[in-house]
Amino acid sequence: MFKSMFEKIWDRHEIATLAGHNALIAIDRIFLHERTGAVALNALAASGRKPVDPSRTFCVMDHIVDTRPGRDDTTLMPGGQAFIAETRQAALGAGIHLFDVNDANQGITHVISPELGIVLPGCTLIAPDSHTCTQGAFGALAWGVGSSEVEHAMATGALRVARPKTMRVTFKGELGTGVGAKDMILALIAEYSASGGNGSVIEFCGPAVKALNMEARMTLCNMATEFGAMTAIIAPDEQTFAYLAQRRFAPTGKAWDEALSAWRAMRSDDDASFDAEISIDAADIAPMISWGTSVDASVPITGSVPDAASDEMLNYMGLTSGQTLLGQHIDAAFLGSCTNARLSDLRRAATVLKGKHVAPGLKAICVPGSSSVKRAAEAEGLDRIFLNAGFEWRESGCSMCFFAGGESFAEGARVVSSTNRNFRNRQGLSVKTHIASPEVVAASAIAGAIADHREIV
Amino acid sequence: MAEPLTTVTSIAAPMLIANIDTDQIIPSREMRSTGKTGLEKGLFAGWRYVPGSEYEVDPEFVLNRPEFTDAQVILAGENFGCGSSREHAVWALAEFGIRAVIAPSFASIFENNCARNGVLCVRLNAETIGALASLNKPIAIDLPAQTVSSAAGEVWRFELDEEAKAMLLGGLDAIALTLQHAEAIAQWQSADETQRPWIYL
Repeated sequence: MFKSMFEKIWDRHEIATLAGHNALIAIDRIFLHERTGAVALNALAASGRKPVDPSRTFCVMDHIVDTRPGRDDTTLMPGGQAFIAETRQAALGAGIHLFDVNDANQGITHVISPELGIVLPGCTLIAPDSHTCTQGAFGALAWGVGSSEVEHAMATGALRVARPKTMRVTFKGELGTGVGAKDMILALIAEYSASGGNGSVIEFCGPAVKALNMEARMTLCNMATEFGAMTAIIAPDEQTFAYLAQRRFAPTGKAWDEALSAWRAMRSDDDASFDAEISIDAADIAPMISWGTSVDASVPITGSVPDAASDEMLNYMGLTSGQTLLGQHIDAAFLGSCTNARLSDLRRAATVLKGKHVAPGLKAICVPGSSSVKRAAEAEGLDRIFLNAGFEWRESGCSMCFFAGGESFAEGARVVSSTNRNFRNRQGLSVKTHIASPEVVAASAIAGAIADHREIV
Repeated sequence: MAEPLTTVTSIAAPMLIANIDTDQIIPSREMRSTGKTGLEKGLFAGWRYVPGSEYEVDPEFVLNRPEFTDAQVILAGENFGCGSSREHAVWALAEFGIRAVIAPSFASIFENNCARNGVLCVRLNAETIGALASLNKPIAIDLPAQTVSSAAGEVWRFELDEEAKAMLLGGLDAIALTLQHAEAIAQWQSADETQRPWIYL
C-alpha cells in the first residue's frame, strides 16, 4: 500500500478510529496567541481541567499588540489590553511557554514557531489561527482550528478529526526572474478559485518548490487556507534540516540524529495516489496582484481587471472592468504579516527601495515578522534602507494585516500589501487592499501607484 | 456543550454570494472580550448597520427585513466561512439564533467550529439553494433523516459526517467524549515517547 506523506503522518498519530472517516489524532504541539488564546485557556480552567502537557504548549502575543516603538501592554485597539493581560495570566496559570510582548523571541506565531524549532517534520501542530498551514513548509501536519478545538487538544492531547481528502500540486520547471512564492500561490488561487483546495491537505512539490528556500516555502504554504485547503505540506529535505538545526526547541545530540533519520524517510511514496492533482508550469507565472475582495480575484500585475468582474467588487474597490492595474494610484504600502515579513522578504523589498524614497504623502509601514527578524534586519542595515526610503520601521506583530478597531489605514485608502487577505474592511473601514509580493509593495510605494518591480531600475 | 439539534423549521435568509468570510460574519473589531458571548450585536456588522453609524440598522440588509429577522437558517454561496479561524463567527451566528447554514461548500475550520457549537452546515447544490431562496417560504430541516424539505413538498437529502451528526444531535461535549479514550491516549503517548523522543520537551 503506497502512502502519501500526509497519510504516513496521519497513521502515525492515529490513536483510535471514530465514527465515519474520523479518527482520534495525537497532537504534538499547540500554539496560542492573545486574540483567541485566553478564551481557550479560560474555558479549560473553568472546566477544572489543565493542559495535559504544558511543555508542548506555547503562547505568544502577536495579534493585537501594538507595533509602535517603545510599546507595552497598551494598544490602540479598544479593550486590547485586556486580551493581553488575560492571556498572560491564563498562560502563566497553565504553566505553558509564553513569549510575552517584549520577549526577545516575540513575533508572529508562524514566524517564531520555526525560528524556535517548535514545528518539526512529521509532527502534528495546531493553533487557533487559519494561517497555521504556513508551518506545513517543514513537513509537519499543521492546521488552524477554532478555540474549542485548542481547548480540546490541551485537555486531552488529541483531537477528533475528519480525515481530509488529499491533493498534490506540482510546480514544474523554474520561476522567472522577479517571480516568487507569493506569485505561485496567488496564481494557483486565481486559476482554481478560493475554494479550489476543497478542504484537502495539499502536498506542494516539483522542482520549483524544491528550489524555494524555507522562508519562501512558508509563504507558499501560508495561503493554502485562502485556497480553501485544510492545510499544505512540503516534504522536508536537507534545507529543512539545516534550518532547524540548533534551534531552541529542536532536538540535540543523539535525539537529533535519531530524528534526522526518521525525517529523511518522510516523503510520499512514488506511487502514492491523491484525490486530486494539479500541475502548473512555474515559467508561466508572472508577478501577481489582487484587484478584488476575494483572493481569487488576482491577475498578473501587467494584466487588467477582468471584464466579468462583479459590480459589487468593482464598487468596493473603486475600479472598472478592463482597466489596467499598473499606474493605479495608491495611498499606502504595507510590508508585514505571516505571509511575507521574514528576513528574505525584507531583503528583497530593501533591494528595490535602496536609494529611493516613497511617493509624497504615501503612508508606508514595515513590520518585521518577529523580533528576531527585526534584529537580524537591523544588523545588516535594512532598517536604514526602509527608514531612509520613508517607511516606518515597527516592532513585530500581526499589525495592520487586519483591523481590530485600533490602528488602520485612512477610511477608503488604497493599500498595496504583502499580506494574505483582501477582504472588505480587512485592513480598515472601506480600505481597498491589493495583495502582492514584498517587491511589488516596495515598487508601488516608490511609484505611489501599482508598479512592477521588474521595471524599477 | 451546545443545544441539541434535531429539526429546524424556519424561513431561510438568502445571502447568495460566494466566499462570505468570517471577517464579514463578525469583523475583528467586534470581538471585544475574551469570552464566547456578547457577539450577536457584531454579527455581519459591516452589512447590518449603516456604514460609519453607531449601529444604526440598515433596513435593506436581509436579516433586518421583517420577514427574516427571526430566520434560523441562512442560504449562502460556496465557501461560506472562509478566512480567519475565529470561532466567534459561529458563536455570533448561534447567539443571533441561526441553527443552520445551507451552502454548496464550507471552509473546513468554520464547518468544524459549527459542529462544536450546535450549528448545522448543510451542503446542497447552488441550483437547489437558488430554488429555495426564490420560494421564500419556510423550509424544514430534519437532521436524523438528513433532509431539507421545501414548503412545496420537495425533499433533498444531504450528506453529513457521522461524527458531526452525532455531536449536533446530542449537543455532546467533545472533550468528555475524547476523555473516554484517556487510557488509549496515554498508552499511545508512552509508546511514542520511546519512538519519537524528540517530540517530548
